[in-house]
Amino acid sequence: MTTDIYRADALELGRRIAAGEQSSVEITQAFLDQIDAVEPQVHAFLSVDHHGALEQAAAVDARRAAGEDLPSPLAGVPVAVKDLLCYRNLPTTAGSRILEGWRSPYDATVVRKMLEAGLVILGKTNLDEFACGGSTETSGFGPTRNPWDLDRIPGGSSGGSVAAIAAWEAPLAIGTDTGGSIRQPAAMTGTVGVKPTYGAVSRYGIIAMASSLDQCGPCARTVADAAALHEIIAGYDPADSTSLDVAVPAVLSAARNGDVSGMRIGVVTELGGEGYAPGVEQRFAETLDLLAKAGAEIVEVSCPHFEQAMATYYLIMPSEMSSNLARYDAMRYGLRVGDDARHSAEQVMRATRGQGFGAEVKRRIILGTYALSAGYYDAYYGSAQKMRTLIARDVEAAFQQADVLVSPVAPTTAYRLGEKVDDPLAMYKGDLCTIPSNLAGLAAGSFPCGLDPNDGLPVGFQVMAPVLGDDRVYRVGAALERELRAQWGGPLLAKAPALAGSKLKGDSK
Amino acid sequence: MSSEYSTDELMDYDEVMRRFDVVLGLEVHVELNTRSKMWCGCSTEFGAEPNTHTCPVCLGLPGSLPVVNKKAVEAAIRIGLSLGCSIAPWCRFARKQYFYPDMPKNYQVSQYDEPIAFDGEVTLELDGERYVVPIERAHMEEDAGKSVHMGGSTGRIQGSDYSLMDYNRAGVPLIEIVTKPIFGTGTRGPEVARAYMAFLRDMVRALGVSEARMEQGNLRCDANVSLMPKGSTQLGTRSETKNVNSLRSVEAALRYEICRQGAVLAAGGRVKQETRMWNETGEFTTSGRSKEQAEDYRYLPEPDLVPVAPSREWVEELRASLPELPAAKAARLRKEWGFSELEMRDIHGSEGALDLIEATVAAGADPASARKWWITELARQANEAGVPLAEVGVSAEQVARVQRLVDAGSLNDRLARTVLAAVAAGQGEPEVIIERRGLAIVSDEGALAAAVAAAIEANPGVAEKIRGGKVQAAGALIGAVMKQMHGKADAARVRELVLEQLS
Repeated sequence: MTTDIYRADALELGRRIAAGEQSSVEITQAFLDQIDAVEPQVHAFLSVDHHGALEQAAAVDARRAAGEDLPSPLAGVPVAVKDLLCYRNLPTTAGSRILEGWRSPYDATVVRKMLEAGLVILGKTNLDEFACGGSTETSGFGPTRNPWDLDRIPGGSSGGSVAAIAAWEAPLAIGTDTGGSIRQPAAMTGTVGVKPTYGAVSRYGIIAMASSLDQCGPCARTVADAAALHEIIAGYDPADSTSLDVAVPAVLSAARNGDVSGMRIGVVTELGGEGYAPGVEQRFAETLDLLAKAGAEIVEVSCPHFEQAMATYYLIMPSEMSSNLARYDAMRYGLRVGDDARHSAEQVMRATRGQGFGAEVKRRIILGTYALSAGYYDAYYGSAQKMRTLIARDVEAAFQQADVLVSPVAPTTAYRLGEKVDDPLAMYKGDLCTIPSNLAGLAAGSFPCGLDPNDGLPVGFQVMAPVLGDDRVYRVGAALERELRAQWGGPLLAKAPALAGSKLKGDSK
Repeated sequence: MSSEYSTDELMDYDEVMRRFDVVLGLEVHVELNTRSKMWCGCSTEFGAEPNTHTCPVCLGLPGSLPVVNKKAVEAAIRIGLSLGCSIAPWCRFARKQYFYPDMPKNYQVSQYDEPIAFDGEVTLELDGERYVVPIERAHMEEDAGKSVHMGGSTGRIQGSDYSLMDYNRAGVPLIEIVTKPIFGTGTRGPEVARAYMAFLRDMVRALGVSEARMEQGNLRCDANVSLMPKGSTQLGTRSETKNVNSLRSVEAALRYEICRQGAVLAAGGRVKQETRMWNETGEFTTSGRSKEQAEDYRYLPEPDLVPVAPSREWVEELRASLPELPAAKAARLRKEWGFSELEMRDIHGSEGALDLIEATVAAGADPASARKWWITELARQANEAGVPLAEVGVSAEQVARVQRLVDAGSLNDRLARTVLAAVAAGQGEPEVIIERRGLAIVSDEGALAAAVAAAIEANPGVAEKIRGGKVQAAGALIGAVMKQMHGKADAARVRELVLEQLS
């Protein structure tokens, strides 16, 4: 019977648990079994909490048995959490050796909200070190592999979260997105990932990379599942002064509605063309046709300053990051190198940071430190802030002409492990389409829109909405999902090759 | 290395004054007395067990975020208004970045080019001379933790085996008040600086925003000074003296630096731009870290905090509710009471005296008497007991009552002193003490006349002189009568009786 569990939507699992048709313990155990079976190949997790997860599941079952109302439609449903969120039950590493073994004494607000909603936390997922990267290859604990092709990257930095979903190890996951870190890996694994409006989800307890850009969001296999998780984690948090004190947009009902008739869908001219794989462009164009058939109006919009988005991002992000990562100095927690009573505190700090941080993190710390230095601040950080304003104005103007903006998520499908490791600039270019939403604080999502005919790998379709227009993202995503599934005869993930030892039976749809 | 004495060449202060003009700059940190810290709910209580007032936020744990303490913003605005500053309609925090173990995040959240208060002015009066201290800014920031160096003999980092950190103070709100360069202090720069510190201390106490205990580090001063040759308009190189934690030290440290710099310049040398540490016991400064290469703090607008945008209504509300500041109050009362500069100076010299005198006057005493009791007898008793004047054990109301008895002739000054001393010693209300110890003046005319007659008889020579017109000799007879009456007589009445009997 357990195959039935894997392919079920998270909301369906939640329904079965609430109805008493299936226990949370049974469901949780099934996903733990799949984790044990495929982890050696995928390496989506940095830690798995077999015991704690089953305990949380049993607690939900007990509440149901006692006749209590369950706290959310996802109560008892397992979730995987990116290892950038503080969680008392498991180590919190941010994918870095510098935090190896550290236990947070507190839970991130998002973790707390999920536990209160009855979700079952399976474990912590792998990521690029401190979320710096687009492939999970910069993780201090080894890369995650793409379940579609184990020689390829799953994208990043939330590569572990989406790989867990694509490998049927979890029905839901939490990711974070600073420049595309939810959307790009979602695209590369044929899953759904949404970066909510900046400030919609509390950042409290989420290890900061670039504070003004970071945002936590849901990863799932379906649009409605993502929306259901979105509603649980979003909301004002007095512990995060940048969190928005407004009502959470009704994203679940938008995801169930999926009506795009009369909607103006703006294609951003700057996000496409040269440098984009033909297969990616092809699927993008076909998807636009589908949306048009579903009643949407397709318009072209221009955001001229998007050309400078990458340069802007690669000044602001490292600047904030270099500052946010200053606290990892061996004085209070984490790795400590050279503390042998012969070295000063400053020498221990230097040795620890030298050994504990990986190359990409160091590269960004140096970039940011340089950009903030006296005499360079105005030229670099200062100019970048001005450009950020211009990009936000472009977006504002574009939303006068369109209800949502769309583009491919990434210029290419998943590349091979090691392919771009020595070419950071090539890797940075993978963020071209996703960065503007972070710079402007928009809501944006990535939805599977087919396989690249040239390599058979998933392609993602990006939908961007104005600040607090998160429901529009889900509305368009749901329309796409409906139309595409009708075409494919099922979810895109069903086309993924089976992993060796997988608990799924290929014929059990 | 710090040492027990100084080898600096010093020029005579007056000589420096003849040859140079002094330019001062003062940076004062005020530790606020908010109950909770700047960014979290942790207590700010002083003296708790190390690291017991900490949480993920003030320890800078991964993922934690600050939230601004509204009370601290309010205090900053009130301080700014009291300094005559403009209040920014919108300002941000900034991260000041440098690595040090006492800073949990390795950056201090402060304010950089957008302080909450700016462009103010303070006018100080020194013996009738007015000095203007221009205020550059007042901004909000967080305090750091404290290092405790273990092993070694000095408690300093040099020679210690290891260090322990106490983060109880990390994140306690501070207001930093920075002056513009202060010109025109003539020969009295160090005194002006001291008066300015005293002004700030009294001001923040009147506002109720800080305990302002300098010995506990609630008020810390970094004193900058430079010299320029008379007639020059080119600013000299300054030194910044840290660790100046008493009013006396502010004056002494500046005086020392002025004499040191004078000697350097007179010898054709160059003053180094550096931080100097004030040695409290030896009364000299020593070289700290060199500032020749300006430290690069890589200021960054704090992205974890939204900007502070105090509404105009709120600012005006705060302005309207500001208490009368001590300096303004002193000026007003001086006028009302008709006191001289000199008489006021005694009052300022005794902490809390102004308020106590005001309360005593309000309770019915005349200002001169109220002043007399508080700055002589009661100040002496407080001093002997080692307590602040306000805690001497006598209330303003009691002083006024005693004075009323003096005015009514039931007590003389000497008896009144005895009564006040007894009240201070906890023997009860003045009236009870007078009753119990029989301290009231004897007004029995018969007994007085008899005592006067006895005194005349015992001092025939003196009596003769008075009869001969030397009225001033009456003092000796009055003294004899007072002695016999154990002081419980009205001296004026005794004098009348002496002159009457000898006429």
